Amino acid sequence: MKAITLKTENGYKKTEQSKRTAWKVFKNQKYLYFMSIPFVLWVFVFQYLPLWGWTMAFQKYRPGASFFEQKWVGFEHFRTLFQDDHFYQVLRNTLAMSFMGLIAGFIIPVAFALMLNEVRSQVMKRFVQTVSYLPHFVSWVVAAGIVTKMLSTDGGVVNSLLMSLNIIDQPIQFMAQGQWFWGIVTGADIWKETGWNAIIYLAAISGIGPELYEAARVDGASRLRQMWHITLPGIRPTIIVLLIMSIGHLLGTGFEKQFLLGNHLVIDYSEVLDLYALNYGLAMGRYSFGTAINIFNSVISLILLFAANGIFKRFTNESIM
Amino acid sequence: MGTVKSTTSAGRMKSKLKSKSPLDRMLEVFVYLSMIVVTVLTIYPFLNVLAISFNDSVDTVRGGITIWPRQFTLRNYEMIFSFSGLITGFKISVLRTVIGTLAGLISGSMLAYTLARREFQARKFISTFLAITMYVSGGLIPGFILMKDLHLINTFAVYILPGLVSAFNVFVIRSFIDGLPYALQESAKLDGANDFTIYWRVILPLCKPALATVALFLAVGQWNSWFDTYLFNGSNESLTTLQYELMKILQSTTTSATNSQDAANMAQRMAQVSPESVKMAITIIVTVPILVVYPFLQKYFVKGMTLGAVKS
Repeated sequence: MKAITLKTENGYKKTEQSKRTAWKVFKNQKYLYFMSIPFVLWVFVFQYLPLWGWTMAFQKYRPGASFFEQKWVGFEHFRTLFQDDHFYQVLRNTLAMSFMGLIAGFIIPVAFALMLNEVRSQVMKRFVQTVSYLPHFVSWVVAAGIVTKMLSTDGGVVNSLLMSLNIIDQPIQFMAQGQWFWGIVTGADIWKETGWNAIIYLAAISGIGPELYEAARVDGASRLRQMWHITLPGIRPTIIVLLIMSIGHLLGTGFEKQFLLGNHLVIDYSEVLDLYALNYGLAMGRYSFGTAINIFNSVISLILLFAANGIFKRFTNESIM
Repeated sequence: MGTVKSTTSAGRMKSKLKSKSPLDRMLEVFVYLSMIVVTVLTIYPFLNVLAISFNDSVDTVRGGITIWPRQFTLRNYEMIFSFSGLITGFKISVLRTVIGTLAGLISGSMLAYTLARREFQARKFISTFLAITMYVSGGLIPGFILMKDLHLINTFAVYILPGLVSAFNVFVIRSFIDGLPYALQESAKLDGANDFTIYWRVILPLCKPALATVALFLAVGQWNSWFDTYLFNGSNESLTTLQYELMKILQSTTTSATNSQDAANMAQRMAQVSPESVKMAITIIVTVPILVVYPFLQKYFVKGMTLGAVKS
């Protein structure tokens, strides 16, 4: 269907003959169309139709009523949102955890890849790498359970260690005090994803020509200098592309961690935008209000993506678009 | 005498050539120490959970279990297997993993193949159409309303249908096909094969490495997801997954018993086994399938990650 309309649009300006050849090409490629159009429609339904759902944010949406029966209210829900003090707390939490995650998720995998690259024993290198992927493959449910267990006050390894080193004399209630929450989420993220995120950097490092290192060695450069002057510049484009992409996903860092690690004691620090939409939109049947929160999230993300892309394009000539 | 002297001086020469500056040596020590720390930090929590799951639960309360059970027992596991909710959860989890992976592989590879055909007219349009979905999404609530309008709530299909076509997976397979010699397709075409036959007979068998990568991503994603169960099927006991059951049990002590009546019931039923030990045992059961699979697929997913990152 889509293909045919596309075709007529294309053929519109062209002569009769080219129209006929275009039709011939289409007939030639009919299998390709059969094999792709169903999935294009699929993507349209499951990825694009929800965007149409954004209209809900400008309505007083009633479930069950058709689109034409909805009452339009303009920006009312956004006004409610921006006047809600709670919203600013949630925004603060989202931004804080996103930035902490961005910085940690950017520096630590690069450092890990650089160090792993310096390991000369192939066996050890492989072993460490295989182990480091492991947490990526377990679900956040499991990871959150493990983190909670490790930080618990009765028999958690972190508290036991701190007590046996005499750093503290009372176990710290990590999961019950809001001040720890952002750090715990960031730490859990580092634990889970560092090894996985380092894969791309390691691949980029292995693409650097060995002759560069040989030349540096002949010149008497130490390994540290080789890291600084050869390896790091060699993976610079990769680092920048990934940085731009993660800035684009800054507010979309998800809510799984916060949902699973948080509890009512630390909610002032754990609630992020998506959870806010879940708790104050969906759970309370305020679909329009919740959608407004989702839209705010998406729009800010896009702005950040384009801004990051633009800035890096200007200053480093690297970009993803 | 003379010979001995000469060998030692030669040896000294050699070692001098090989020897590293103190800075390099410090770096080496630092690197190896950090790698050991990273390994311990990654593995220890798993071993600790494993040890607790095999330890007598009354004994566990005394604390001090590290990586080896003090009083070995299988009771914790026996308890879990007598709980029917977890058996259903296990079945549903396996089912969604198998079906979701197969469906995702077929749809992803088929779409990827058409996008790798250079002469395909709609190729550019479809690529862009797909790529956009990697950056813009409708969000939680519009997604929920859509599922509701499509009557997918309280169905098994809601686990499979929404994520059937993933742009990232399509691009991973596409870039792999791009790396195959194009002459293969052309010669098959000259032999009179149609585009579908080329896909099925020529391309698909050659794509195994890329398919293995994508299969791993899909399977792990399906096995690990819990939020769709929470959102769409949480009230339907016959459709809950293992991860969701684990989530309910884990959350049962951290939050007051608002959302986990079942977990409280379950804990009661297992009065003789402390919930701590049960939690750890379930955690192990949920994790083991992944532990078994991923080291074997390592070479594939490393390649796949790199491919996907370069293209997207």
